[in-house]
Amino acid sequence: MGSGTSNQHHFAFQNAERALKAAALIQRWYRRYVARLEMRRRCTWSIFQSIEYAGQQDQVKLHDFFSYLVDHFTPSSHNERDFLNRMFTEERFPKDLEMEKCSDYNSIEVPDNYTGPHLSFPLLPDHATALVEAFRLKQQLHARYVLNLLHETRKHLIQLPNINRLSTCYSEEITVCGDLHGQLDDLIFIFYKNGLPSPERAYVFNGDFVDRGKDSVEILMILFAFMLVYPKEFHLNRGNHEDHMVNLRYGFTKEVMYKYKIHGKKILKTLQDVFCWLPLATLVDEKVLILHGGVSDMTDLELLAKLDRHKIVSTLRCKTRKQSEKLAEGKRKASQMSSPGRPTPWFLPMSRSLPSSPLHVGSHKAHKTGRSSSIPCSASLDRKELSQQVRRSVDLELERCRQQAGFPLIREKEPVLFMAEADSDAEQLLQPTQEEWKQVVDILWSDPMAQEGCKANTVRGGGCYFGPNVTEQLLQKYNLQFLIRSHECKPEGYEFCHNRKVLTIFSASNYYEVGSNRGAYVKLGPALTPHIVQYQANKATHMLTTRQRISRVEESALRALREKLFAHSSDLLGEFKKHDADKTGLITLSDWATAVESVLHLGLPWRMLRPQLVSSSTENVLEYTSWLEDLAKEQLSHENIQSSVLETLYRNRSNLETVFRILDSDHSGFISLDEFRQTWKLFSSHMNIDITDDCICDLARSIDFNKDGRIDINEFLEAFRLVEQSCPEGNTSDGPQTTNTDDSSCSRPGAH
Amino acid sequence: MGKHREIGTIIRSLGCCPSEGELHDLIAEVEEEEPTGYIRLEKFLPVMTEVLLERRYRPIPEDVLLRAFEVLDPTKRGFLTKEELIKYMTEEGEPFSQEEMEEMLSAAIDSESNSIHYKDYITMMVEVQLFKEKNKVT
Repeated sequence: MGSGTSNQHHFAFQNAERALKAAALIQRWYRRYVARLEMRRRCTWSIFQSIEYAGQQDQVKLHDFFSYLVDHFTPSSHNERDFLNRMFTEERFPKDLEMEKCSDYNSIEVPDNYTGPHLSFPLLPDHATALVEAFRLKQQLHARYVLNLLHETRKHLIQLPNINRLSTCYSEEITVCGDLHGQLDDLIFIFYKNGLPSPERAYVFNGDFVDRGKDSVEILMILFAFMLVYPKEFHLNRGNHEDHMVNLRYGFTKEVMYKYKIHGKKILKTLQDVFCWLPLATLVDEKVLILHGGVSDMTDLELLAKLDRHKIVSTLRCKTRKQSEKLAEGKRKASQMSSPGRPTPWFLPMSRSLPSSPLHVGSHKAHKTGRSSSIPCSASLDRKELSQQVRRSVDLELERCRQQAGFPLIREKEPVLFMAEADSDAEQLLQPTQEEWKQVVDILWSDPMAQEGCKANTVRGGGCYFGPNVTEQLLQKYNLQFLIRSHECKPEGYEFCHNRKVLTIFSASNYYEVGSNRGAYVKLGPALTPHIVQYQANKATHMLTTRQRISRVEESALRALREKLFAHSSDLLGEFKKHDADKTGLITLSDWATAVESVLHLGLPWRMLRPQLVSSSTENVLEYTSWLEDLAKEQLSHENIQSSVLETLYRNRSNLETVFRILDSDHSGFISLDEFRQTWKLFSSHMNIDITDDCICDLARSIDFNKDGRIDINEFLEAFRLVEQSCPEGNTSDGPQTTNTDDSSCSRPGAH
Repeated sequence: MGKHREIGTIIRSLGCCPSEGELHDLIAEVEEEEPTGYIRLEKFLPVMTEVLLERRYRPIPEDVLLRAFEVLDPTKRGFLTKEELIKYMTEEGEPFSQEEMEEMLSAAIDSESNSIHYKDYITMMVEVQLFKEKNKVT
């Protein structure tokens, strides 16, 4: 403020005004800059999430394929029948004799030179704490102790009810953690920051302890150890990844076999059983319900509490009990629209309405529901109708086959054509009913949505989307205050929705990439007010500015996206040509965006991403053939493999890997050339992929690098130059092959 | 409030650079009569289209931005101290929230001199502001 003459006043006033304007301008500019950063972050997030969910859909398609095989394929030879049978033996309920063999850990000797942690039972708190410390120092627990611990864990779990009850009277504060997905650093950080479990410090871990991250085994050991040591205060809920079928695809099986080359199989078999014994939910003070996925409009807590949770081996695929004629009649009348039989394709018309479009156009929130799109995509409608028609005809075929075989019309699903013997009555009783299985699937797989209602979760392929009214209905019915669930990654590690009645808590920080998201856990005191704590377990991220963090994650996402684009090169070319009737070799950028979405179905904002994906465009048109070539150059390293075959295999590599691991029942890492060819033959005929037998033979032979008639699965997958670090599915890499020791000192490559 | 901020993000990433006041006016135009916290696309689209066609709220050119900094630095030192920047950004114009201020400081302030050399800062920011095409070299 000036003093003195009016002139000085005048200048002072002018200066002040100019300063104000200048400041306002800078602020205006800065806010726009921040907005653009935020937009980039959201785009990146969409990329990762849509690729992740597309992978999950893939898994469902794979199981669809198996169902299709079971129902339609007539093996033409003894070999083929055996081959197919092997694909389904994983489904078998582990028999008692096998379980005994697996728990025979006493015969396993711990060598003198073993430097890892020792366990003795009954476990003491010190053992559990020592375990955390040992793992922090990157030691590995010997297989004998692993099996022993699993044996004790199983004994403990069997006594627990499906829905555990906790009270804040005993432990004053309860900490609830979400998905960890094998990220040991996060678990250690939580214990460091929040304190180790104790009678005064109760913990609930809400599922998805394994897969994707590289230390799933260690996380399980720690969680189980604390559960044995503090049985009243330490609780675990089952997640959709506590499932041996899911583990085949998402890395846990691989991790176990890599770390435990001799005893891995036993460990996996035991775990398969332990997972089934995990409780389904936890209830705090009868007011706060904690479960992994969500709920549906059919969720029945009483039924969930009563059912035999052990019967639900996998939520992906299930043989459910045959119903007697009478029961079936009754059921048919009760649920007119429920489809007969198949548990797997839950996007068949059931008692819920189908989403209006399987595509995910629109903002991040809307994309999961696929509904609020204002830009209808005509290409998609055709596809949707087509797929519905296909499904209808498949169903009809099913019915016809059943009738021909002389079976009554309404039946729960059963593999008719080539199972060696029909299930005995005793085996029947070991299977859950359709209803029971669906209840469990719903609570393990569902996601909340903003809109009212309840509809099938087509993005995941399982469970449903549930709206605020469904939540409200459930809370009122059972007199609850709110729901805590996990299952979805959130940028801040947590998110409230449904009017703060649903809290999502996710504890794996940097899940997609370093810097992608925070992790969080929530504490509940006697007042049951949620208190959230966030963190990011990577020192590197703290040093980066927001801009740098976003750039790194963005680069990673774009790499993954380019890989996906490459994998669909042929389809893309076909689609581009449709937009280029005059055969100029050029298409507009707008058409490019439309074409790409109609092939990839990722629901991404392609126009916004275009500058990052298309570097060579002039005047709004793109020469698409050379663009595709550029993509290929980036991805391919082996010129000798036919690129179209490679591309197809590449696109299906996750499914292929899963199938291989199923075939490789002794977990040796090898499958025979013949099995590889047969697998591919079946797979490609189902998917209508046109590849000749000769092509496959050639490919198989070229992959058999040491010419011993066997294919090393890992070498085969390496042939695609997998960018494992950037794909959420492939975060565990096998690293150097060591000799047969349970050696803990290997460092694990692979950015995480 | 949350939804309004998201609309701001959308509008700004479409290429516009409104002030907070202008943003509020725009939101008022597209808001529901009874504020639900949500904005309907049907209402937003025509208003936004007009804004874009009229080229309203043009982004600020680099040289204008530079001059704005120079106004705040009348003795032409070439930099602003951290305290000065905080004072201007949180007390003048359309003040920053604490979060916005901290975020700007994290990238702008040179930790050795505890000041912002605005010419370099602008150059650095503008380089990433454009949704540039990436080079082949990853």
